[in-house]
Amino acid sequence: MKSSLVSAFVAVALAGSFLACDKGAKEIKIGGVGPLTGEAATFGASTKNGYDMAVAEWNAKGGVLGKQVKMTFADDKGDPAEGATVFTKLIEQDKSIAVVGTVMSKVSLAGAPICQNAKIPMIATSSTNPKVTLVGDYIFRACFIDPFQGTVGAKFAFDDLKAKKAACLFDVGNDYTKGLSEFFKAKFTALGGQVVGYEGHATGTTDFKAQLTKVLAAGPDILYVSDYYNDVALIAKQARELGFKGPLVGGDGWDSPKLMEVGGSAVEGCFFTNHYSQDDTAPMVQAFVKSYKTKYGADPDALAALGYDATNIMLDAIQRAGDTDGAKIKDALQKTDLKTVTGQVKFDGDRNPVKSAVIIEIKGGKLVFKTTVNP
Amino acid sequence: MGSIFSFQQIVNGLQLGAIYALIALGYTMVYGIVRLINFAHGDFFMVGAYAAYGAFYLFNFFLPQGGGMAFVVLILAMLGGGAVALLSNQFAYKPLRYKPRLSSLVTAIGVSMLLEYLFSATPFIGPSPRGFPELMKKHMFTIGSAQVSNYVMIDLLVAAVLMIGLTLLIQKTPMGKAMRAVSQDKDAAKLMGIDVEKVISFTFLIGGSFAGAAGLLAGLTYPRIGPYMGILPGLKAFIAAVLGGIGNVPGAVLGAFIMGIAETCATAYNSLLGEGIAFVILIVVLLLRPNGILGEKTADKI
Repeated sequence: MKSSLVSAFVAVALAGSFLACDKGAKEIKIGGVGPLTGEAATFGASTKNGYDMAVAEWNAKGGVLGKQVKMTFADDKGDPAEGATVFTKLIEQDKSIAVVGTVMSKVSLAGAPICQNAKIPMIATSSTNPKVTLVGDYIFRACFIDPFQGTVGAKFAFDDLKAKKAACLFDVGNDYTKGLSEFFKAKFTALGGQVVGYEGHATGTTDFKAQLTKVLAAGPDILYVSDYYNDVALIAKQARELGFKGPLVGGDGWDSPKLMEVGGSAVEGCFFTNHYSQDDTAPMVQAFVKSYKTKYGADPDALAALGYDATNIMLDAIQRAGDTDGAKIKDALQKTDLKTVTGQVKFDGDRNPVKSAVIIEIKGGKLVFKTTVNP
Repeated sequence: MGSIFSFQQIVNGLQLGAIYALIALGYTMVYGIVRLINFAHGDFFMVGAYAAYGAFYLFNFFLPQGGGMAFVVLILAMLGGGAVALLSNQFAYKPLRYKPRLSSLVTAIGVSMLLEYLFSATPFIGPSPRGFPELMKKHMFTIGSAQVSNYVMIDLLVAAVLMIGLTLLIQKTPMGKAMRAVSQDKDAAKLMGIDVEKVISFTFLIGGSFAGAAGLLAGLTYPRIGPYMGILPGLKAFIAAVLGGIGNVPGAVLGAFIMGIAETCATAYNSLLGEGIAFVILIVVLLLRPNGILGEKTADKI
């Protein structure tokens, strides 16, 4: 009795898998991952909207390789263990030929080895940790990595702000801010500028006056502050108190309304680098913003834009590969040269995108798109 | 190298020292009276900052921004710090007054954590830091080679007025006399008809209100407040009190200004050194002169 039950199950399962295979020939199956619940839930929701929009657009244009695209979405809950499970499920059970995702670096780091071993190409959306793509040659990402922002910031300060002397301030306990400052210094010096001050501060401190007095004594034109918004607001206020009139420049850690709330007039006329701005006048960005607003009734944030771009990059690569074989898609991905919402994307040797960043200016207490800077 | 001991850095150090001094006074007074190192004192400072924050948004509706408003906020910050100090004494330290001294010390750590986590768990306060409003317009002055804002002057002025007031209180009033008596010998003071518990409560009230005032000044100067903002300044003010000689009121002020300037100059020399200099000072003081600069010789200390 029991064994017949088991064999019945096996028969059903086999039939199911044959059916799945058969169906797979008619459509292109890819996986999508994001944190729909947990600490990064809002990030996941925006990212998924981006995925869905890109897939719908491809399907409306006739799909990929002449077939409709079907994306199976899985919630990683922002948890690496859960992430490993859903990446495995998407590959083993859902037979995805490629995976788009995910948001958080720690979860992408759990999923990347699974994709690498299965030879399934993966493109992370907004995981900025440099280690993610170093897992293997099947792992790509759609966002730029942290150090890149320092390079772009230096270029903007030198070319657009005409700064000749700069000083850097960063948090010694945070790799993100240290990395940004290191790359800023390298690029700014390479361009012919002079870094006249380079000072760290302890995590959680509120008194930056000693460091500021020291670096301001050297007369910098700009201050490069790679901290998060909380510290930036305090640094800006104290720098103004010490008589500094020039602009402060920083990275995407500034992107919060709290910056203007605390910083007030002290952060006015300051600039930071970011992935994308919905005020960007480029037609592709405006088209994306418009259709996103129509579809979801909300403003698309950087995560939505990166989710949309990652999906487009992957589907474009499958189209150019002309095949659903992982190795061929991977080779096509490496040769990507695609215009996306967050800039023209090409991949470097470590499968990180080489693309433009946007500069946001704080003007009248609001974040205003200033310009696009190419690396 | 040139800018390490510049006039500007001395001004920065004095400003920081003024805030440390107000906190250190409470540490040293409470230690002088009940021989308790009140580790929750840094959190009274935090409560003061939040009281000032709350007072600002409360009175913002019907008081014009300016000096009068700032004065009201200062009073409420001091009341906030004083009230929480008084309550801590009443409910946590008083029942343990004649128990081994270690019990109160451990209780003080408990009170400290209670305040921190209570504040971060309260829904309308919450764990994330918030910006502190500008109570008055900022003006800049150039004095010699230094940029000095009116905030620096306010910090120094408030600290100076409170310290002079405290000196007068201790030296000239009956309550001050009683405080000095209790700090010398609790039992003898009791025999002389002094209400020792009342004096202790008063000391906590004054110490807490000074910490509250420091909370407001810190909020103005470094405009970010959070439930854990008191830990490091509290620790550093404690070291300042030890440096000056714990239990000694002028010593606490002297120690605090030395600490403020040492920290600023060390940070200017190397930003990593600045955070650690306080603890280097603590070790050196304990090794070379455990009674502190102005401290009297006592037989036992914790």
